[in-house]
Amino acid sequence: MDKFTKITGVAAPLPLINVDTDMIIPKQFLKTIKRSGLGVNLFDEMRYQDDGSENPDFVLNKPAYRSAEILIAGDNFGCGSSREHAPWAIKDFGIRCVIAPSFADIFFNNCFKNGILPITLPQEQIDMLMKDAEKGENARMTVDLEAQTVTTSDGETFPFEVDAFKKHCLLEGLDDIALTLEKAPAIQSFEAQAAVSRPWV
Amino acid sequence: MSPKTLYDKIWDAHLVDTTEDGTSLLYIDRHLVHEVTSPQAFEGLRMSGRDVHAPDKTIAVPDHNVPTTPDRVNGIENEESRIQVDALDKNARDFGINYYPVDDIRQGIVHIVGPEQGWTLPGMTVVCGDSHTATHGAFGALAHGIGTSEVEHVLATQTLIQTKSKNMKVEITGKLHPGVTAKDITLSVIGRTGTAGGTGHVIEYCGEAIRDLSMEGRMTVCNMAIEGGARAGLIAPDETTFEYIKGRPHAPKGAQWEAALAWWKTLYSDDDAHWDKVITLDAGEIAPVVTWGTSPEDVLPITATVPAPEDFSGGKVDAVRRALEYMGLKPGMKLTDIEIDTVFIGSCTNGRIEDLRAVAEIVKGKKVKDGMRAMIVPGSGLVRAQAEEEGLADIFLEAGFEWRLAGCSMCLAMNPDQLSPGERCAATSNRNFEGRQGRGGRTHLLSPAMAAAAAITGRLTDVREVM
Ligand code: SF4
Repeated sequence: MDKFTKITGVAAPLPLINVDTDMIIPKQFLKTIKRSGLGVNLFDEMRYQDDGSENPDFVLNKPAYRSAEILIAGDNFGCGSSREHAPWAIKDFGIRCVIAPSFADIFFNNCFKNGILPITLPQEQIDMLMKDAEKGENARMTVDLEAQTVTTSDGETFPFEVDAFKKHCLLEGLDDIALTLEKAPAIQSFEAQAAVSRPWV
Repeated sequence: MSPKTLYDKIWDAHLVDTTEDGTSLLYIDRHLVHEVTSPQAFEGLRMSGRDVHAPDKTIAVPDHNVPTTPDRVNGIENEESRIQVDALDKNARDFGINYYPVDDIRQGIVHIVGPEQGWTLPGMTVVCGDSHTATHGAFGALAHGIGTSEVEHVLATQTLIQTKSKNMKVEITGKLHPGVTAKDITLSVIGRTGTAGGTGHVIEYCGEAIRDLSMEGRMTVCNMAIEGGARAGLIAPDETTFEYIKGRPHAPKGAQWEAALAWWKTLYSDDDAHWDKVITLDAGEIAPVVTWGTSPEDVLPITATVPAPEDFSGGKVDAVRRALEYMGLKPGMKLTDIEIDTVFIGSCTNGRIEDLRAVAEIVKGKKVKDGMRAMIVPGSGLVRAQAEEEGLADIFLEAGFEWRLAGCSMCLAMNPDQLSPGERCAATSNRNFEGRQGRGGRTHLLSPAMAAAAAITGRLTDVREVM
């Protein structure tokens, strides 16, 4: 997995609540058997018009935000399906950090597995970040995972919380499965015990 | 011992390891797999030279992409869909996991097949790369959706890294009125709590109205726990549960049945257990409901009118403005004046036999409105067979419904069953997101009985008027 330590980049404002996974990546793009290449279809239905041309009004199509690395969004971001295609598309586009007042649970977890940092901040702070992001490409924000801070283009800093284990994995780019396999003896003894106490399983 | 909730009990029984920061390794009893969220996980296993840790606890079935027309026996026409289903075929074979291929009568939507075959049992941990895994919570199993990386993790280790959620109790007191169903309960709860109301929680549904539900109805309720933002939904097992399970192909038998039963009977929340959040609804106050917007929380009794953006506050004002525009609705319009052109009955929310019986009861001897596309898609091949045996299929065909083969179908329109832009559908599925049933398509969520009523009248209809 890719490491996440510190990024400084353009933040795109997406002031919508309940941005669902069908919006992030519609189902017609779930037919792939690969993880890569989904970035062009990120937010497909908002991003492209019916004839396939770009919708010039959509934030990621505006010159200032075409290479955004941070996304600022509204409440309950990523609700809906468990499709990991959503974070794959976000990452493939180049966004490494999403900041919102709240996230849907499965999406939130999926981000960490893909080197994306989801940050939860109170609505008032999101409002300030949204304003800063609206300034366009000169407004570069910094997200520092080690220090757990977001810093606006004006130098204003907001601290954020992050689960210690998830932080560690992101900073080091660790593979969960390898970590868990180190606990193989514990898994085996659990299985041996369960074979006795719940043999029907 | 301190009092525990049902969630606490199942959690404790599956704990392999906990570290100081509260990160836990949870053992997984059943891993369900479908073709859309698994190919990258199997590829990951192959690339790292890993095997499936417990193939006997892993169950795969293709459902999202499969066509539901009879010609599917000739193979899947859409190339990408075919590749995905073929990949599942190969992965199931290569790794030796339990598998129900497209041409097996037991094939169907993964969340219908699991319980039907007796794979889902009380007190288990069940996961699937699919958010509606919450369905299995109806058995008192801790069941939740996971992403593809986690699918790979479970395949390789039969465990999942988790932090514990909070406990939320949703109590539905009293009795439902005629014409009001499990779907109306679960939509009404989301209407009350919002789609983020359950975030960070595992919900346990309880109360008289829940106890009175069949297993089918309980699955409908738990299915949509995820739409309320919860990680999982649970209902404590009881005689209704045991009755449903007994005799199913993978249910325990003989002495093991007795042992299992003894344990299952301990699976309930202790009286003085701690709840982080409690919601109570009076079943008598729940009406048949429909959604009018593009979020499952946009729900109102069928007797209501379309709301205005100004009725809301915060970010919801803009969201409602956008939703009304997308849905082509004006504030103040009566919901029963909304005309529809498509009816979709099916999905893991409402594709079970009881749902089809409810539809048959309403449409028997009647005709689907002229020009309407009305489709019934059973949740599994076995549901389809049973409906045919009970004579329901004849009722549907006579009324003018299409009678399809099993699959997810128009619930998410990954197969050829889709809405065109501007088409308006009364659907028994679980999501009314923009574009969910096809780009530009408009979805109104409702119960099977309400969908049946709409099919006859051609508009959203209070089912109590046609009963
Ligand atoms: S029926 Fe719909 S919600 Fe259920 S598993 Fe299939 S696509 Fe998902």
